[in-house]
Amino acid sequence: MSELAADFQVEAVSPRQLAWIRFKRHRLAMLSGGFLIFIYLMAALCEFITPYGTDTRNVQAINAPPMSVHFFDKAGEFHLRPFVYGYDMHINADTWMRDYVENPEKRYPIYFLAKGERYEFWNLFYSDIHLFTTKEGYLHLFGTDQLGRDLFSRVFYGARVSLSIGILGVALTLFLGVLLGGLAGYIGGLVDRVVQRVIEVLQSLPTLPLWMALSAALPVSWSSLGIYFGITIILSLFGWPALARQVRGKFLALREEDFVMSARLLGAGRMRVIFKHMLPSFNSHIIATATLAVPGMILGETALSFLGIGLRPPVVSWGVLMQQAQNYQVIVLTPWLLLPGLFVVLTVMAFNLLGDGLRDAVDPYSTAGQG
Amino acid sequence: MLEIPLGSKSGIESCMNSYITRRLLGMVPTLILISMIIFVVIQLPPGDIVTSTLDRMQAQGVEVSAEQIQNLRAQYNLDQPMVLQYLSWIGNFVTGDMGYSYLFSRPVNELVWERLGYTLLITVSALLFTWAVAVPAGVYSAVRQYSVGDYVLTTVMLMGLATPSFLLALVAMYIGYEWFGISIGGLFSPEYRDVPWSLARVGDFLSHLWIPMVVVGLGGTASTMRILRANLLDELNKPYVVTARAKGVKPIKLLIKYPLRIAINPFISTIGLLLPALISGEAIVSIVLGLPTTGPALIEALINQDMYLAGSFLMLLSILTVVGMLLSDLLLAWADPRIRYE
Amino acid sequence: MGEQKIAEDNVLAIRDLAVEFKTDIGMTYAVRDVSFSVPRGKVTAVVGESGSGKSVTANCIMRLIQPPGKIVSGSIDFSPTRTDGYDIVSLSNKDPRLFDLRGDLMSMVFQEPMTALSPVYTVGNQVAEAILCHRDVSEAEAWQEAVDMLTRVGIDDVSRRIHQYPFEFSGGMRQRVVIAMALVCNPELLICDEPTTALDVTIQAEILTLIRDLQQELKNSVLFITHDLGVVAQLADQVVVMYQGRVLEIGTVRQVLKDPLHPYTRGLLAAIPGLAQKGERLETISSVVGDADLETPYPLTQMADGRQVSLSPDLLREAGHE
Repeated sequence: MSELAADFQVEAVSPRQLAWIRFKRHRLAMLSGGFLIFIYLMAALCEFITPYGTDTRNVQAINAPPMSVHFFDKAGEFHLRPFVYGYDMHINADTWMRDYVENPEKRYPIYFLAKGERYEFWNLFYSDIHLFTTKEGYLHLFGTDQLGRDLFSRVFYGARVSLSIGILGVALTLFLGVLLGGLAGYIGGLVDRVVQRVIEVLQSLPTLPLWMALSAALPVSWSSLGIYFGITIILSLFGWPALARQVRGKFLALREEDFVMSARLLGAGRMRVIFKHMLPSFNSHIIATATLAVPGMILGETALSFLGIGLRPPVVSWGVLMQQAQNYQVIVLTPWLLLPGLFVVLTVMAFNLLGDGLRDAVDPYSTAGQG
Repeated sequence: MLEIPLGSKSGIESCMNSYITRRLLGMVPTLILISMIIFVVIQLPPGDIVTSTLDRMQAQGVEVSAEQIQNLRAQYNLDQPMVLQYLSWIGNFVTGDMGYSYLFSRPVNELVWERLGYTLLITVSALLFTWAVAVPAGVYSAVRQYSVGDYVLTTVMLMGLATPSFLLALVAMYIGYEWFGISIGGLFSPEYRDVPWSLARVGDFLSHLWIPMVVVGLGGTASTMRILRANLLDELNKPYVVTARAKGVKPIKLLIKYPLRIAINPFISTIGLLLPALISGEAIVSIVLGLPTTGPALIEALINQDMYLAGSFLMLLSILTVVGMLLSDLLLAWADPRIRYE
Repeated sequence: MGEQKIAEDNVLAIRDLAVEFKTDIGMTYAVRDVSFSVPRGKVTAVVGESGSGKSVTANCIMRLIQPPGKIVSGSIDFSPTRTDGYDIVSLSNKDPRLFDLRGDLMSMVFQEPMTALSPVYTVGNQVAEAILCHRDVSEAEAWQEAVDMLTRVGIDDVSRRIHQYPFEFSGGMRQRVVIAMALVCNPELLICDEPTTALDVTIQAEILTLIRDLQQELKNSVLFITHDLGVVAQLADQVVVMYQGRVLEIGTVRQVLKDPLHPYTRGLLAAIPGLAQKGERLETISSVVGDADLETPYPLTQMADGRQVSLSPDLLREAGHE
């Protein structure tokens, strides 16, 4: 054995370090993690990042397509400061819709960290500095909707709501799942049977119709904030069984382990055994599972709001934004209104990949990422 | 474990029969609990049929006396305690009387069956589509692990998993209009919408069915494929596969008869979990595409607080799911002898 | 005895076999320069500790090495009496001879009877399949042959049990089924890869007796992989000692067990509990081997009495080789 130790540099690493080493091998998961940090940061700072507020209307550009950013003007001259061209609007004689074409005469340069619309940041202080904006004319990178509101700005304001519902919903799911699953697995007996039966029933219900029923039951008179929390609770109500099932299984197995038995013999109370000894031994699994549960929440909110029974205007979320694209005329004439959907897809994919990577990393028997 | 004295053929049958009986009996409490949850859910909105009816009547300028209100409440059993209301609702439901939909001014019975039929049809065809795509894709991905094809399939499936089904439906509409110049929506062309069934109508129906089938099915395909891939990877190098290979079994037959046959077992049990997702997807896709199924009617009933209609739809969809799960469990027991003997 | 004579008697001749496995840290040799022959109608035992490459060698013979493993060089000449001989290593993956070889001309009994059978097919189905893969017979005939073979390996009440699933059998009974499955086509070479390791001691003896009796009855050649020298003494005619993917010593069972030439073989023998003096500490292999060189791959040298050994020149001279 001594020769072995001399030949190979054997380093002692903690399980957490080992998981991190394994996780780093998962390129896509790393990339997804980076993307999520980026988009959450954007959502957190959306007042600063976006050029306009959610309800600012530009009557000169209604249902206008996304603008493209230029560096070369029509004479082929290069400008270090990027710029956009303003629109010329015509009424299409066939469809009676507005048609927009870029007018090279209207050149609007983009200024960074410049003064623009006044906003209140997080209800904390007022400011009018934006990451980028134009001094003259207007700037609609993702186009505008039928009221002339800037879609780019609305997508990031919507991100704040949709993304936070994902996290909040999962936090609530985690709480319910760990609590009920833990109780069932630790106490066993009647509690276990009841919880198991409830899990079974909840898992055999078609989720969306029930979500629909519950959110339709939210009183119209509630404030935006009330509806927001109401929807979050509804989403978590059907999300916890999967997690509780997993936690219960773990608890059943751990209950027989020696370290739990010795903690109990040393006189540790029930809560102390659960929270100090049992939970830490598999909290990394819980984190991985929770990550994989976020997409369900985001997709749920989006679906409900899209149907008009989730969040309602003036609240802006990705689902609310998608609601404008209900019928195919809208989609055919103003396809950029589907852009919020792209953000939903990217975010959900990133969460799935990150969750997969985390799960593989924390599983000591996983071979994924090798070979 | 050792020597279980069981007759060969009849033993399997009696095992299967007792298993079915046990599972059927287990369904009863589940369904009772589900009916309670649904009753509570449809009772949740503030107000009830009578208050919303009164609102409408008053909006039309009709004067309603206190006595009329009382009569209306009695007609809907609203003057009785909650428990009795539940019992009379579920009692009527079990005997086939689902109440009256004021939204459509028709008995609920007349409304639900056709819509439920279409829902069932779309859901089942979506399930078949999911399988038809996920099984070959999963097998390919597992057998050619880490190949280019594996990565491409995994990526496409991940995107399918991440796309909300309503967005997929919207994109299908956009593609249908832009590329093929057709408007997708409904289950029938206008000329076939209100005519009796004929061969031509069936053909027209099938030509419309494939779009919701693909849109609803794609969401489940990703997870199903990933489950099969993981299961198959676990099985591919098990000793019994090596034994069979050493016996001289040819590669394709070996793959199907040995690892795939086992990998498909846990996969069968995922049908049960897939069904609620498919029914959910069907509801929202039908709303977007304007299909005459349960989804659009349910949301209308919910928004208008048409309690009998909404409750019946919720109940029927839940029964559909529970029966689907039962069928998947029975299929599993039939496929895996270890389960029948438990 | 001349080398020419031995070659004629061999059902199998392995020459310079090398197998690589691709791992995280690069390529690893599982087997290097392995050469030995399996005499026809005899029992050849391959002994060695875990990781010595004995199972890998066995899997090569039936071409069961799967990626990340790969045969990189060498030849395995197979000379069956039923057909013409060929080199197994050079067969393509789709060669029909490969499928005739597996299960018909050769077959294998594996270590784990608990997992060697598929849990979802009846025992009869899996035994009859071995016949149906190789013979043009009806299903009924195949099942009848399966019944006969299962009776021969000592399964009672076969007509009922043939319809049962593997999980209804005990470990020993399952191993009998696996043996029946291996012998049902009367192969010329039977490979047993530690067939008793996973079984209880009493069952081990039964299975060994069964394998020996059937070998004497059917007169086929047997390659027996084991780490148990007691089993070797009971069964084998010829012994091959392997260590870290190389062959260290080949000889008759009497030569190797009574008078081992290689220090490693002596170490293996000293580590058997029954042979040590009562009250003494059991020898470990390393204490017997001492500072003898196990790492350098010396070539196998033919000794005067017909056995072969891989030793350093000094030790060879000591052993009486000139």
